[in-house]
Amino acid sequence: MSQRNSQHDTFTIERRYPVPPARVFDAFADQAKKARWFGCVEGWEVAEHTIDFRVGGREVWRGGPPKGTQHRNDTVYHDIVPNERIVWSYTMHVDERPISVSLTTLELRPDGSGTQLRFVEQGVYLDHYDGAADRVRGTNDLLDSLDRALRKER
Amino acid sequence: MLNHPQLDLVFQALADPTRRDMVERLGRGPASVSELAAPLDMSLPAVLQHLQVLEASGLVSSEKTGRVRMVRIEPKVMENAESWFTKRRAVWERRFDRLGEFLAEEEKTARRKR
Repeated sequence: MSQRNSQHDTFTIERRYPVPPARVFDAFADQAKKARWFGCVEGWEVAEHTIDFRVGGREVWRGGPPKGTQHRNDTVYHDIVPNERIVWSYTMHVDERPISVSLTTLELRPDGSGTQLRFVEQGVYLDHYDGAADRVRGTNDLLDSLDRALRKER
Repeated sequence: MLNHPQLDLVFQALADPTRRDMVERLGRGPASVSELAAPLDMSLPAVLQHLQVLEASGLVSSEKTGRVRMVRIEPKVMENAESWFTKRRAVWERRFDRLGEFLAEEEKTARRKR
């Protein structure tokens, strides 16, 4: 059943937020704030979310649909420049299977009274984690979020 | 693997609900242009325009057989668009949407207190 496969990719997302960099930075550094946006997928239950926000510190996020597949993110912070940059790496597991390992760079730049955010993820995605149901749901999620993202850009 | 300019075209193509309906219909098998247009509440030129955007993205291709133009999905491009890293990008796009909503809400609360 297992077909060994690894895909590599880099993607970049850029956004502008109408608040200063310190506010955006806090939304990553403060667990209570991060919990408000990071892992809230509709209908999912968060089993654990802890952040030790310092270089070498770890973050753990566990959760998933009730009685469904359990997802786990393990993060290590490598570089933190307050209000400017965060570099971290994370692995993702689905039901104990490693599905990806990523290196992520977040950069914040003041832009008038707002913030220009640049996010770059370089990753290896393992063994075609692609159950049929997940695939359909994943695609619908993809379309929904692209729809939203693109509507915002134009 | 799709290069990013093409991926951007795919994203643009799928950003429109009519084009998503067309892709969904084609997911069930090839269709003629008039079959594609039948359930849609729009003129044929408008349907052709949407079709053009889909073709430019590589997601679908069409071929004239006799007097009928048949449209089909390009499975390789569709598969790539659904691939793992594209989904991961979508997850982060969604997170950044929510981050924006959170920051706006926080800003509103802060203003009220000031």
